[in-house]
Amino acid sequence: MEARLSGKAHKYGKNVDTDVIIPGKYCNIIDPVELGKHALEGLDPEYTRKMKTGDVIVAETNFGCGSSREVAPIAIKGSGTSAVIAKSFARIFYRNALNIGLPIFESEAAVDGITDGDEIELEPATGKIVNRTKGQTYQAAEFPPFMRSLIDAGGLVPYVEKRLAESKK
Amino acid sequence: MGMTLTEKILARHAGLERVEPGQIINANVDLVLANELSAAVAIGVMRGIKGADRVFDRSRIALVEDHFVPAKDAQSAKLAKLMKDFAIEQEIVHFFDVGRGGIEHVVLPEEGLVAPGELIVGGDSHTCTYGAFGAFATGMGSTDIAAAFVLGEVWLKVPASIKLVYNGKLGPMVYAKDLMLRTVGELGIDGATYRAIEYHGTTVDELSITGRITMANMAIEAGAKNGIFHADAKTIAFVKERTNRDFAVDRADHDAVYERVVTIDAGSLEPQVACPHTPDNVHPISEVAADNVSVDQVFVGSCTNGYIEDLRIVAKILDGKKIASNVRVIVNPGSQKVWMQAAQEGVLTTLAAAGCVVNTPGCGACFGGHMGTLGDGERAISTTNRNYVGRMGSPKSEVFLASPATCAASALSGRITDPRVLELAGV
Ligand code: SF4
Repeated sequence: MEARLSGKAHKYGKNVDTDVIIPGKYCNIIDPVELGKHALEGLDPEYTRKMKTGDVIVAETNFGCGSSREVAPIAIKGSGTSAVIAKSFARIFYRNALNIGLPIFESEAAVDGITDGDEIELEPATGKIVNRTKGQTYQAAEFPPFMRSLIDAGGLVPYVEKRLAESKK
Repeated sequence: MGMTLTEKILARHAGLERVEPGQIINANVDLVLANELSAAVAIGVMRGIKGADRVFDRSRIALVEDHFVPAKDAQSAKLAKLMKDFAIEQEIVHFFDVGRGGIEHVVLPEEGLVAPGELIVGGDSHTCTYGAFGAFATGMGSTDIAAAFVLGEVWLKVPASIKLVYNGKLGPMVYAKDLMLRTVGELGIDGATYRAIEYHGTTVDELSITGRITMANMAIEAGAKNGIFHADAKTIAFVKERTNRDFAVDRADHDAVYERVVTIDAGSLEPQVACPHTPDNVHPISEVAADNVSVDQVFVGSCTNGYIEDLRIVAKILDGKKIASNVRVIVNPGSQKVWMQAAQEGVLTTLAAAGCVVNTPGCGACFGGHMGTLGDGERAISTTNRNYVGRMGSPKSEVFLASPATCAASALSGRITDPRVLELAGV
Protein backbone atom coordinates (compact mmCIF):
# COMPACT_ATOMS: atom_id res chain seq x y z
CA MET A 1 0.00 0.00 0.00
CA GLU A 2 1.23 3.49 -0.84
CA ALA A 3 2.79 5.53 1.90
CA ARG A 4 1.40 8.79 3.17
CA LEU A 5 1.83 11.71 0.88
CA SER A 6 2.20 15.31 1.89
CA GLY A 7 2.93 18.73 0.52
CA LYS A 8 1.57 22.14 -0.30
CA ALA A 9 -1.68 22.64 -2.21
CA HIS A 10 -1.64 24.39 -5.59
CA LYS A 11 -5.18 25.35 -6.40
CA TYR A 12 -6.68 25.74 -9.88
CA GLY A 13 -10.14 26.12 -11.44
CA LYS A 14 -12.51 23.85 -13.31
CA ASN A 15 -11.98 21.99 -16.61
CA VAL A 16 -8.19 21.78 -16.38
CA ASP A 17 -7.73 20.09 -19.76
CA THR A 18 -4.99 17.80 -21.04
CA ASP A 19 -3.79 20.44 -23.53
CA VAL A 20 -2.73 22.68 -20.64
CA ILE A 21 -1.50 19.77 -18.49
CA ILE A 22 0.93 18.80 -21.21
CA PRO A 23 0.78 20.82 -24.45
CA GLY A 24 0.67 18.85 -27.73
CA LYS A 25 4.16 19.84 -28.76
CA TYR A 26 5.61 17.79 -25.88
CA CYS A 27 3.60 14.68 -26.66
CA ASN A 28 6.51 13.17 -28.54
CA ILE A 29 8.36 12.85 -25.23
CA ILE A 30 8.01 9.60 -23.30
CA ASP A 31 10.45 10.05 -20.43
CA PRO A 32 8.40 10.85 -17.27
CA VAL A 33 11.00 13.21 -15.80
CA GLU A 34 11.35 15.16 -19.06
CA LEU A 35 7.56 15.33 -19.34
CA GLY A 36 7.40 16.44 -15.73
CA LYS A 37 9.41 19.56 -16.55
CA HIS A 38 6.44 20.78 -18.58
CA ALA A 39 3.61 19.73 -16.26
CA LEU A 40 0.75 22.28 -16.27
CA GLU A 41 2.81 24.52 -18.54
CA GLY A 42 -0.20 25.71 -20.52
CA LEU A 43 -2.09 26.67 -17.36
CA ASP A 44 0.63 27.93 -15.04
CA PRO A 45 4.11 28.19 -16.57
CA GLU A 46 5.46 28.78 -13.03
CA TYR A 47 4.08 25.52 -11.62
CA THR A 48 7.18 23.35 -11.95
CA ARG A 49 9.35 26.14 -10.55
CA LYS A 50 7.24 26.86 -7.50
CA MET A 51 6.22 23.30 -6.57
CA LYS A 52 8.23 20.89 -4.42
CA THR A 53 8.19 17.11 -4.50
CA GLY A 54 5.13 15.86 -2.65
CA ASP A 55 2.97 18.88 -3.43
CA VAL A 56 -0.65 18.39 -4.40
CA ILE A 57 -2.73 19.80 -7.26
CA VAL A 58 -6.23 20.83 -6.15
CA ALA A 59 -8.85 21.69 -8.77
CA GLU A 60 -12.56 22.12 -9.28
CA THR A 61 -14.69 19.89 -11.57
CA ASN A 62 -13.79 17.88 -14.70
CA PHE A 63 -10.03 17.70 -14.17
CA GLY A 64 -8.17 16.21 -17.15
CA CYS A 65 -10.79 16.69 -19.83
CA GLY A 66 -9.83 16.50 -23.49
CA SER A 67 -7.42 14.06 -25.05
CA SER A 68 -6.60 10.50 -24.03
CA ARG A 69 -2.89 11.26 -23.74
CA GLU A 70 -1.54 9.14 -20.92
CA VAL A 71 1.43 11.51 -20.82
CA ALA A 72 -0.86 13.95 -18.95
CA PRO A 73 -0.94 12.01 -15.65
CA ILE A 74 2.62 10.81 -16.37
CA ALA A 75 3.80 14.44 -16.58
CA ILE A 76 2.09 15.31 -13.31
CA LYS A 77 3.64 12.31 -11.60
CA GLY A 78 6.98 12.97 -13.30
CA SER A 79 7.05 16.50 -11.88
CA GLY A 80 7.05 15.08 -8.36
CA THR A 81 3.46 16.05 -7.66
CA SER A 82 2.11 13.45 -5.27
CA ALA A 83 -1.61 13.54 -6.06
CA VAL A 84 -4.52 15.42 -7.56
CA ILE A 85 -7.62 16.34 -5.54
CA ALA A 86 -10.62 17.48 -7.59
CA LYS A 87 -14.38 17.72 -7.35
CA SER A 88 -14.59 15.43 -10.37
CA PHE A 89 -12.36 13.94 -13.05
CA ALA A 90 -12.80 13.46 -16.78
CA ARG A 91 -13.33 9.82 -17.66
CA ILE A 92 -10.17 8.93 -19.57
CA PHE A 93 -7.89 10.86 -17.22
CA TYR A 94 -9.38 9.04 -14.24
CA ARG A 95 -8.64 5.66 -15.78
CA ASN A 96 -5.17 6.69 -16.92
CA ALA A 97 -4.26 8.06 -13.49
CA LEU A 98 -5.20 4.77 -11.83
CA ASN A 99 -3.35 2.80 -14.50
CA ILE A 100 -0.09 4.68 -14.09
CA GLY A 101 -0.36 5.00 -10.32
CA LEU A 102 -1.01 8.71 -9.86
CA PRO A 103 -3.16 8.95 -6.71
CA ILE A 104 -6.38 10.87 -7.28
CA PHE A 105 -8.95 11.99 -4.72
CA GLU A 106 -12.49 13.05 -5.52
CA SER A 107 -13.93 15.36 -2.84
CA GLU A 108 -16.04 18.52 -3.03
CA ALA A 109 -15.51 19.33 0.63
CA ALA A 110 -11.74 19.09 0.34
CA VAL A 111 -11.61 21.34 -2.70
CA ASP A 112 -13.89 23.90 -1.04
CA GLY A 113 -11.97 23.71 2.22
CA ILE A 114 -8.44 23.92 0.85
CA THR A 115 -6.84 27.28 0.06
CA ASP A 116 -3.82 27.68 -2.17
CA GLY A 117 -0.69 27.04 -0.11
CA ASP A 118 -2.34 24.89 2.60
CA GLU A 119 -0.29 21.95 3.90
CA ILE A 120 -2.00 18.71 2.91
CA GLU A 121 -1.50 15.12 4.01
CA LEU A 122 -3.05 12.25 2.10
CA GLU A 123 -3.74 8.57 2.66
CA PRO A 124 -4.41 6.94 -0.70
CA ALA A 125 -5.45 3.66 0.86
CA THR A 126 -8.31 5.17 2.85
CA GLY A 127 -9.04 8.33 0.88
CA LYS A 128 -8.37 10.47 3.95
CA ILE A 129 -7.31 14.07 3.26
CA VAL A 130 -5.90 16.13 6.13
CA ASN A 131 -5.53 19.89 5.86
CA ARG A 132 -2.82 20.63 8.44
CA THR A 133 -3.00 24.37 7.93
CA LYS A 134 -6.70 24.55 8.69
CA GLY A 135 -6.93 21.52 10.97
CA GLN A 136 -9.65 19.95 8.85
CA THR A 137 -10.15 16.40 7.62
CA TYR A 138 -12.05 15.38 4.50
CA GLN A 139 -12.98 11.99 3.06
CA ALA A 140 -12.60 11.31 -0.67
CA ALA A 141 -15.23 9.30 -2.54
CA GLU A 142 -14.59 5.58 -2.36
CA PHE A 143 -13.42 3.81 -5.51
CA PRO A 144 -15.97 1.40 -6.97
CA PRO A 145 -15.12 -2.17 -5.83
CA PHE A 146 -13.73 -3.30 -9.20
CA MET A 147 -11.32 -0.36 -9.32
CA ARG A 148 -10.37 -0.85 -5.71
CA SER A 149 -9.42 -4.42 -6.56
CA LEU A 150 -7.35 -3.21 -9.52
CA ILE A 151 -5.56 -0.67 -7.34
CA ASP A 152 -4.98 -3.25 -4.63
CA ALA A 153 -3.60 -5.68 -7.20
CA GLY A 154 -1.02 -3.02 -8.10
CA GLY A 155 -2.72 -1.67 -11.24
CA LEU A 156 -3.75 -2.95 -14.62
CA VAL A 157 -0.46 -4.63 -15.54
CA PRO A 158 -0.52 -7.26 -12.75
CA TYR A 159 -4.20 -7.81 -13.56
CA VAL A 160 -3.32 -8.56 -17.20
CA GLU A 161 -0.50 -10.86 -16.09
CA LYS A 162 -2.91 -12.80 -13.92
CA ARG A 163 -5.39 -13.13 -16.79
CA LEU A 164 -2.63 -14.30 -19.15
CA ALA A 165 -1.40 -16.89 -16.66
CA GLU A 166 -4.97 -18.19 -16.21
CA SER A 167 -5.55 -18.49 -19.95
CA LYS A 168 -2.32 -20.44 -20.43
CA LYS A 169 -3.25 -23.03 -17.80
CA MET B 1 -37.15 -2.83 -19.67
CA GLY B 2 -35.40 -2.33 -22.98
CA MET B 3 -31.81 -1.46 -23.76
CA THR B 4 -30.20 1.48 -25.52
CA LEU B 5 -28.05 0.99 -28.61
CA THR B 6 -24.88 1.22 -26.53
CA GLU B 7 -26.17 -1.29 -23.96
CA LYS B 8 -27.05 -3.82 -26.68
CA ILE B 9 -23.59 -3.72 -28.22
CA LEU B 10 -21.88 -3.92 -24.85
CA ALA B 11 -24.06 -6.84 -23.70
CA ARG B 12 -23.25 -8.84 -26.82
CA HIS B 13 -19.52 -8.24 -26.47
CA ALA B 14 -19.61 -9.23 -22.82
CA GLY B 15 -21.55 -12.42 -23.62
CA LEU B 16 -24.46 -11.25 -21.46
CA GLU B 17 -28.21 -11.22 -22.02
CA ARG B 18 -28.43 -7.64 -20.79
CA VAL B 19 -26.41 -4.95 -19.06
CA GLU B 20 -27.37 -1.99 -16.87
CA PRO B 21 -25.75 1.42 -16.52
CA GLY B 22 -23.06 1.36 -13.86
CA GLN B 23 -22.33 -2.34 -14.32
CA ILE B 24 -18.67 -3.27 -14.84
CA ILE B 25 -18.19 -5.70 -17.69
CA ASN B 26 -15.37 -7.45 -19.50
CA ALA B 27 -15.96 -7.02 -23.20
CA ASN B 28 -14.31 -8.53 -26.28
CA VAL B 29 -12.98 -5.96 -28.70
CA ASP B 30 -13.24 -6.18 -32.47
CA LEU B 31 -10.45 -3.70 -33.12
CA VAL B 32 -7.76 -1.92 -31.10
CA LEU B 33 -6.33 1.31 -32.52
CA ALA B 34 -3.25 3.34 -31.69
CA ASN B 35 -1.24 6.16 -33.25
CA GLU B 36 2.50 6.67 -32.91
CA LEU B 37 2.14 8.66 -29.68
CA SER B 38 -0.22 6.37 -27.81
CA ALA B 39 1.44 3.27 -29.30
CA ALA B 40 4.90 4.31 -28.15
CA VAL B 41 3.74 4.36 -24.53
CA ALA B 42 1.52 1.26 -24.95
CA ILE B 43 4.34 -0.78 -26.49
CA GLY B 44 6.56 0.15 -23.55
CA VAL B 45 3.85 -1.03 -21.14
CA MET B 46 3.31 -4.26 -23.09
CA ARG B 47 7.04 -5.04 -22.97
CA GLY B 48 6.75 -4.89 -19.20
CA ILE B 49 3.85 -7.36 -18.96
CA LYS B 50 5.14 -10.80 -18.05
CA GLY B 51 4.04 -13.45 -20.52
CA ALA B 52 2.88 -10.96 -23.15
CA ASP B 53 5.06 -11.38 -26.21
CA ARG B 54 2.34 -11.45 -28.88
CA VAL B 55 -0.72 -9.32 -29.55
CA PHE B 56 -4.03 -11.19 -29.26
CA ASP B 57 -4.79 -11.02 -32.98
CA ARG B 58 -2.56 -9.32 -35.52
CA SER B 59 -5.50 -8.62 -37.82
CA ARG B 60 -7.52 -6.81 -35.17
CA ILE B 61 -5.06 -4.07 -34.42
CA ALA B 62 -4.71 -0.88 -36.44
CA LEU B 63 -1.61 1.29 -36.11
CA VAL B 64 -1.64 4.65 -37.86
CA GLU B 65 1.22 7.16 -38.06
CA ASP B 66 -0.55 10.51 -38.00
CA HIS B 67 0.32 12.98 -35.26
CA PHE B 68 3.90 14.12 -35.95
CA VAL B 69 4.42 12.67 -39.43
CA PRO B 70 6.22 13.03 -41.75
CA ALA B 71 8.46 13.24 -38.70
CA LYS B 72 8.79 16.79 -37.44
CA ASP B 73 12.10 16.07 -35.68
CA ALA B 74 14.35 13.24 -34.56
CA GLN B 75 12.32 12.61 -31.40
CA SER B 76 9.11 12.23 -33.45
CA ALA B 77 10.92 9.99 -35.92
CA LYS B 78 11.91 7.79 -32.99
CA LEU B 79 8.28 7.25 -31.97
CA ALA B 80 7.18 6.62 -35.56
CA LYS B 81 9.95 4.04 -35.94
CA LEU B 82 9.13 2.43 -32.62
CA MET B 83 5.59 1.77 -33.82
CA LYS B 84 6.72 0.63 -37.27
CA ASP B 85 9.22 -1.83 -35.78
CA PHE B 86 6.50 -3.19 -33.50
CA ALA B 87 4.15 -3.56 -36.48
CA ILE B 88 6.79 -5.56 -38.33
CA GLU B 89 7.71 -7.68 -35.31
CA GLN B 90 4.06 -8.52 -34.55
CA GLU B 91 3.12 -8.82 -38.24
CA ILE B 92 0.31 -6.30 -37.75
CA VAL B 93 -1.94 -6.43 -40.82
CA HIS B 94 -3.29 -2.89 -40.60
CA PHE B 95 -0.27 -0.64 -40.27
CA PHE B 96 -0.44 2.69 -42.08
CA ASP B 97 2.66 4.72 -42.66
CA VAL B 98 2.59 8.14 -44.36
CA GLY B 99 1.56 7.88 -47.99
CA ARG B 100 -0.80 5.01 -47.25
CA GLY B 101 -2.84 6.38 -44.42
CA GLY B 102 -3.61 9.76 -42.96
CA ILE B 103 -5.51 10.64 -39.79
CA GLU B 104 -6.43 7.42 -37.97
CA HIS B 105 -10.14 8.22 -37.71
CA VAL B 106 -10.39 9.07 -41.39
CA VAL B 107 -8.42 5.99 -42.42
CA LEU B 108 -10.21 3.27 -40.45
CA PRO B 109 -13.69 3.75 -41.96
CA GLU B 110 -12.18 4.22 -45.42
CA GLU B 111 -10.40 0.90 -45.13
CA GLY B 112 -13.51 -0.97 -44.04
CA LEU B 113 -12.14 -1.54 -40.54
CA VAL B 114 -15.27 -0.21 -38.85
CA ALA B 115 -18.74 -1.79 -39.08
CA PRO B 116 -22.04 -1.47 -37.21
CA GLY B 117 -22.37 -3.34 -33.94
CA GLU B 118 -18.62 -3.60 -33.39
CA LEU B 119 -16.67 -2.65 -30.28
CA ILE B 120 -13.59 -0.56 -30.94
CA VAL B 121 -11.14 0.95 -28.49
CA GLY B 122 -8.37 3.33 -29.43
CA GLY B 123 -5.49 5.15 -27.87
CA ASP B 124 -6.99 8.45 -28.92
CA SER B 125 -9.93 10.30 -27.44
CA HIS B 126 -11.59 10.81 -30.83
CA THR B 127 -11.99 7.07 -31.28
CA CYS B 128 -15.65 7.87 -30.52
CA THR B 129 -15.85 8.88 -34.22
CA TYR B 130 -16.86 5.31 -35.20
CA GLY B 131 -20.17 5.74 -33.43
CA ALA B 132 -21.15 7.31 -36.77
CA PHE B 133 -21.38 3.73 -38.09
CA GLY B 134 -23.42 2.30 -35.22
CA ALA B 135 -20.35 0.89 -33.46
CA PHE B 136 -19.46 1.31 -29.79
CA ALA B 137 -16.14 3.11 -29.86
CA THR B 138 -14.24 4.85 -27.09
CA GLY B 139 -10.85 6.37 -26.39
CA MET B 140 -8.49 5.13 -23.71
CA GLY B 141 -4.98 5.74 -22.48
CA SER B 142 -1.94 3.72 -23.41
CA THR B 143 -1.94 1.29 -20.49
CA ASP B 144 -5.52 0.25 -21.27
CA ILE B 145 -4.54 -0.08 -24.92
CA ALA B 146 -1.56 -2.27 -24.00
CA ALA B 147 -3.94 -4.51 -22.03
CA ALA B 148 -6.29 -4.66 -25.02
CA PHE B 149 -3.40 -5.48 -27.39
CA VAL B 150 -2.62 -8.49 -25.24
CA LEU B 151 -6.02 -9.70 -24.01
CA GLY B 152 -8.33 -8.61 -26.82
CA GLU B 153 -10.72 -7.42 -24.17
CA VAL B 154 -11.29 -4.41 -21.96
CA TRP B 155 -13.12 -3.69 -18.74
CA LEU B 156 -15.80 -1.06 -19.11
CA LYS B 157 -18.38 0.59 -16.95
CA VAL B 158 -21.68 0.56 -18.83
CA PRO B 159 -22.63 4.21 -19.38
CA ALA B 160 -26.13 5.60 -18.98
CA SER B 161 -27.34 7.09 -22.26
CA ILE B 162 -28.45 10.58 -23.17
CA LYS B 163 -30.82 10.74 -26.13
CA LEU B 164 -30.39 13.72 -28.42
CA VAL B 165 -33.23 14.38 -30.82
CA TYR B 166 -32.72 16.74 -33.75
CA ASN B 167 -35.69 17.81 -35.81
CA GLY B 168 -36.05 20.20 -38.72
CA LYS B 169 -34.28 20.84 -41.98
CA LEU B 170 -30.88 22.54 -41.91
CA GLY B 171 -30.84 25.98 -43.52
CA PRO B 172 -28.38 27.06 -46.20
CA MET B 173 -24.73 27.04 -45.09
CA VAL B 174 -25.66 25.19 -41.89
CA TYR B 175 -23.95 21.84 -41.45
CA ALA B 176 -23.46 18.88 -39.11
CA LYS B 177 -20.59 20.81 -37.50
CA ASP B 178 -22.96 23.60 -36.51
CA LEU B 179 -25.39 21.06 -35.03
CA MET B 180 -22.65 19.47 -32.99
CA LEU B 181 -21.13 22.75 -31.81
CA ARG B 182 -24.61 23.78 -30.65
CA THR B 183 -24.95 20.41 -28.90
CA VAL B 184 -21.64 20.78 -27.05
CA GLY B 185 -22.72 24.30 -26.14
CA GLU B 186 -26.00 22.96 -24.70
CA LEU B 187 -24.51 20.02 -22.82
CA GLY B 188 -21.30 21.72 -21.67
CA ILE B 189 -17.85 20.12 -21.77
CA ASP B 190 -18.63 17.83 -18.88
CA GLY B 191 -22.35 17.53 -19.60
CA ALA B 192 -22.05 13.95 -20.83
CA THR B 193 -19.14 12.70 -18.73
CA TYR B 194 -19.38 8.92 -18.16
CA ARG B 195 -22.41 8.87 -20.49
CA ALA B 196 -23.23 7.58 -23.95
CA ILE B 197 -24.79 9.96 -26.43
CA GLU B 198 -27.37 8.47 -28.81
CA TYR B 199 -28.25 10.63 -31.81
CA HIS B 200 -31.84 10.58 -33.11
CA GLY B 201 -34.24 12.59 -35.24
CA THR B 202 -35.12 13.46 -38.79
CA THR B 203 -32.23 15.90 -39.15
CA VAL B 204 -29.56 13.29 -38.50
CA ASP B 205 -31.38 10.70 -40.63
CA GLU B 206 -30.84 13.10 -43.52
CA LEU B 207 -27.15 13.63 -42.80
CA SER B 208 -24.44 12.08 -44.95
CA ILE B 209 -21.98 9.63 -43.43
CA THR B 210 -19.45 12.46 -43.24
CA GLY B 211 -21.91 14.63 -41.33
CA ARG B 212 -22.49 11.85 -38.82
CA ILE B 213 -18.74 11.37 -38.47
CA THR B 214 -18.36 15.06 -37.63
CA MET B 215 -20.99 14.73 -34.90
CA ALA B 216 -19.84 11.44 -33.38
CA ASN B 217 -16.26 12.74 -33.41
CA MET B 218 -17.12 15.58 -31.04
CA ALA B 219 -19.07 13.49 -28.50
CA ILE B 220 -15.91 13.57 -26.38
CA GLU B 221 -16.08 17.37 -26.40
CA ALA B 222 -19.12 16.99 -24.14
CA GLY B 223 -17.14 14.49 -22.07
CA ALA B 224 -19.05 11.47 -23.41
CA LYS B 225 -17.65 7.95 -23.42
CA ASN B 226 -19.15 7.35 -26.84
CA GLY B 227 -21.57 8.92 -29.29
CA ILE B 228 -23.62 6.62 -31.48
CA PHE B 229 -25.96 6.68 -34.48
CA HIS B 230 -28.23 3.91 -35.69
CA ALA B 231 -26.85 2.31 -38.83
CA ASP B 232 -29.21 2.77 -41.80
CA ALA B 233 -29.17 2.01 -45.51
CA LYS B 234 -26.50 4.69 -46.06
CA THR B 235 -24.24 3.19 -43.41
CA ILE B 236 -24.68 -0.34 -44.67
CA ALA B 237 -23.93 0.68 -48.26
CA PHE B 238 -20.79 2.55 -47.14
CA VAL B 239 -19.49 -0.37 -45.10
CA LYS B 240 -20.36 -3.09 -47.65
CA GLU B 241 -18.39 -1.23 -50.30
CA ARG B 242 -15.33 -1.62 -48.11
CA THR B 243 -15.55 -4.99 -46.38
CA ASN B 244 -17.05 -8.44 -46.79
CA ARG B 245 -17.17 -9.33 -43.15
CA ASP B 246 -20.45 -9.94 -41.34
CA PHE B 247 -21.78 -7.41 -38.89
CA ALA B 248 -24.82 -6.97 -36.69
CA VAL B 249 -27.15 -4.01 -36.99
CA ASP B 250 -28.63 -3.20 -33.57
CA ARG B 251 -31.50 -0.91 -32.68
CA ALA B 252 -32.30 0.65 -29.35
CA ASP B 253 -35.45 -0.86 -27.86
CA HIS B 254 -38.60 1.27 -27.84
CA ASP B 255 -38.66 1.08 -24.06
CA ALA B 256 -34.94 1.77 -23.62
CA VAL B 257 -34.18 3.92 -20.60
CA TYR B 258 -32.42 7.23 -21.13
CA GLU B 259 -31.04 9.37 -18.39
CA ARG B 260 -32.07 12.49 -20.28
CA VAL B 261 -33.67 13.44 -23.56
CA VAL B 262 -32.52 16.69 -25.15
CA THR B 263 -34.33 18.08 -28.18
CA ILE B 264 -32.62 20.45 -30.55
CA ASP B 265 -34.49 22.41 -33.19
CA ALA B 266 -32.21 22.18 -36.21
CA GLY B 267 -34.50 24.13 -38.53
CA SER B 268 -33.89 27.46 -36.83
CA LEU B 269 -30.17 26.94 -36.30
CA GLU B 270 -27.69 29.40 -37.76
CA PRO B 271 -23.99 28.63 -38.25
CA GLN B 272 -22.26 28.30 -34.87
CA VAL B 273 -18.81 29.20 -33.57
CA ALA B 274 -17.03 27.93 -30.45
CA CYS B 275 -15.08 30.88 -29.11
CA PRO B 276 -11.87 30.60 -27.04
CA HIS B 277 -10.98 28.69 -24.90
CA THR B 278 -13.45 25.82 -24.56
CA PRO B 279 -15.47 23.89 -27.14
CA ASP B 280 -18.69 24.66 -25.24
CA ASN B 281 -18.28 28.44 -25.50
CA VAL B 282 -20.60 28.35 -28.48
CA HIS B 283 -22.31 31.37 -30.05
CA PRO B 284 -24.31 31.94 -33.22
CA ILE B 285 -22.22 33.35 -36.07
CA SER B 286 -24.28 36.55 -36.23
CA GLU B 287 -23.13 37.43 -32.71
CA VAL B 288 -19.47 36.57 -33.28
CA ALA B 289 -19.23 38.19 -36.73
CA ALA B 290 -20.71 41.41 -35.35
CA ASP B 291 -17.53 41.86 -33.31
CA ASN B 292 -15.40 42.10 -36.45
CA VAL B 293 -12.87 39.49 -35.36
CA SER B 294 -9.83 39.38 -37.65
CA VAL B 295 -7.94 36.10 -38.04
CA ASP B 296 -4.32 35.24 -38.87
CA GLN B 297 -4.86 31.63 -39.83
CA VAL B 298 -7.65 29.48 -41.20
CA PHE B 299 -7.21 25.74 -40.75
CA VAL B 300 -9.25 23.18 -42.67
CA GLY B 301 -8.69 19.57 -41.77
CA SER B 302 -8.71 17.08 -38.85
CA CYS B 303 -10.73 13.99 -38.06
CA THR B 304 -13.75 16.26 -37.58
CA ASN B 305 -13.79 17.99 -40.97
CA GLY B 306 -10.95 16.72 -43.16
CA TYR B 307 -13.12 14.73 -45.57
CA ILE B 308 -13.71 15.19 -49.30
CA GLU B 309 -17.15 16.64 -48.65
CA ASP B 310 -15.55 19.31 -46.44
CA LEU B 311 -12.84 20.20 -48.94
CA ARG B 312 -15.45 20.48 -51.71
CA ILE B 313 -17.41 23.02 -49.66
CA VAL B 314 -14.30 25.12 -49.13
CA ALA B 315 -13.27 24.88 -52.79
CA LYS B 316 -16.72 25.87 -53.94
CA ILE B 317 -16.60 29.03 -51.82
CA LEU B 318 -13.02 29.93 -52.78
CA ASP B 319 -13.35 29.06 -56.47
CA GLY B 320 -11.92 31.83 -58.66
CA LYS B 321 -11.24 34.10 -55.68
CA LYS B 322 -8.29 35.06 -53.52
CA ILE B 323 -8.06 34.73 -49.77
CA ALA B 324 -7.63 37.98 -47.81
CA SER B 325 -4.09 39.33 -47.59
CA ASN B 326 -3.98 39.23 -43.76
CA VAL B 327 -4.65 35.53 -43.53
CA ARG B 328 -2.92 32.22 -44.30
CA VAL B 329 -5.06 29.21 -45.05
CA ILE B 330 -3.75 25.74 -44.28
CA VAL B 331 -5.59 22.70 -45.61
CA ASN B 332 -4.81 19.15 -44.44
CA PRO B 333 -6.78 16.52 -46.33
CA GLY B 334 -7.68 13.85 -43.80
CA SER B 335 -6.12 10.94 -45.63
CA GLN B 336 -4.16 9.92 -48.68
CA LYS B 337 -7.43 8.82 -50.30
CA VAL B 338 -9.10 12.16 -49.57
CA TRP B 339 -6.01 13.93 -50.96
CA MET B 340 -6.10 11.83 -54.15
CA GLN B 341 -9.78 12.38 -54.71
CA ALA B 342 -9.43 16.11 -54.10
CA ALA B 343 -6.58 16.16 -56.60
CA GLN B 344 -8.60 14.28 -59.21
CA GLU B 345 -11.58 16.57 -58.81
CA GLY B 346 -9.46 19.70 -59.12
CA VAL B 347 -10.29 20.73 -55.56
CA LEU B 348 -6.62 21.04 -54.60
CA THR B 349 -5.89 23.26 -57.60
CA THR B 350 -8.82 25.52 -56.75
CA LEU B 351 -7.59 25.82 -53.16
CA ALA B 352 -3.99 26.48 -54.18
CA ALA B 353 -5.05 29.07 -56.78
CA ALA B 354 -6.99 30.92 -54.08
CA GLY B 355 -3.84 31.09 -51.96
CA CYS B 356 -4.25 28.11 -49.61
CA VAL B 357 -1.36 25.83 -48.78
CA VAL B 358 -2.23 22.13 -48.97
CA ASN B 359 -0.32 20.00 -46.49
CA THR B 360 0.30 16.31 -46.38
CA PRO B 361 -2.54 14.27 -44.81
CA GLY B 362 -2.28 13.98 -41.03
CA CYS B 363 -3.11 15.76 -37.80
CA GLY B 364 -0.66 18.62 -38.40
CA ALA B 365 -1.78 21.91 -36.91
CA CYS B 366 -4.89 20.48 -35.18
CA PHE B 367 -3.11 19.84 -31.87
CA GLY B 368 -0.28 22.34 -32.22
CA GLY B 369 2.00 19.56 -33.42
CA HIS B 370 3.56 21.05 -36.53
CA MET B 371 2.77 22.51 -39.96
CA GLY B 372 0.77 25.51 -38.79
CA THR B 373 1.52 26.16 -35.12
CA LEU B 374 0.16 29.49 -33.83
CA GLY B 375 2.42 32.13 -32.31
CA ASP B 376 1.82 34.56 -29.43
CA GLY B 377 -1.14 36.82 -30.07
CA GLU B 378 -2.29 34.93 -33.17
CA ARG B 379 -5.88 33.99 -33.81
CA ALA B 380 -7.22 31.14 -35.91
CA ILE B 381 -10.57 29.89 -37.10
CA SER B 382 -10.47 26.16 -37.57
CA THR B 383 -12.61 23.18 -38.57
CA THR B 384 -11.07 21.12 -35.74
CA ASN B 385 -12.68 19.97 -32.49
CA ARG B 386 -10.79 21.60 -29.61
CA ASN B 387 -9.80 25.15 -28.72
CA TYR B 388 -8.33 24.84 -25.24
CA VAL B 389 -5.57 27.26 -24.26
CA GLY B 390 -2.52 26.46 -26.37
CA ARG B 391 -4.26 23.75 -28.37
CA MET B 392 -2.81 24.93 -31.68
CA GLY B 393 0.41 26.41 -30.35
CA SER B 394 1.17 29.35 -28.09
CA PRO B 395 -0.85 29.62 -24.87
CA LYS B 396 -1.27 33.23 -25.95
CA SER B 397 -3.06 32.32 -29.17
CA GLU B 398 -6.80 31.93 -29.75
CA VAL B 399 -8.78 29.32 -31.65
CA PHE B 400 -12.37 29.61 -32.89
CA LEU B 401 -14.07 26.41 -34.07
CA ALA B 402 -16.49 26.44 -36.99
CA SER B 403 -17.69 24.58 -40.07
CA PRO B 404 -15.68 24.40 -43.31
CA ALA B 405 -18.12 26.90 -44.88
CA THR B 406 -17.66 29.45 -42.08
CA CYS B 407 -13.89 28.95 -42.26
CA ALA B 408 -13.89 29.46 -46.03
CA ALA B 409 -16.01 32.62 -45.77
CA SER B 410 -13.60 33.90 -43.11
CA ALA B 411 -10.64 33.13 -45.38
CA LEU B 412 -12.07 35.42 -48.05
CA SER B 413 -12.68 38.34 -45.72
CA GLY B 414 -9.82 37.82 -43.25
CA ARG B 415 -12.25 38.00 -40.34
CA ILE B 416 -14.86 35.70 -38.85
CA THR B 417 -17.67 35.81 -41.38
CA ASP B 418 -21.17 34.40 -41.71
CA PRO B 419 -21.11 32.13 -44.78
CA ARG B 420 -24.76 32.97 -45.44
CA VAL B 421 -23.60 36.41 -46.57
CA LEU B 422 -21.91 34.64 -49.48
CA GLU B 423 -25.13 32.85 -50.28
CA LEU B 424 -26.91 36.18 -50.52
CA ALA B 425 -24.14 37.55 -52.72
CA GLY B 426 -24.60 34.52 -54.99
CA VAL B 427 -21.16 33.05 -54.31
S1 SF4 C 1 -6.84 15.40 -36.26
FE1 SF4 C 1 -6.65 16.41 -34.28
S2 SF4 C 1 -8.28 15.62 -33.03
FE2 SF4 C 1 -8.08 14.25 -34.80
S3 SF4 C 1 -6.71 12.61 -34.12
FE3 SF4 C 1 -5.43 14.19 -35.05
S4 SF4 C 1 -4.79 15.54 -33.36
FE4 SF4 C 1 -6.53 14.31 -32.64
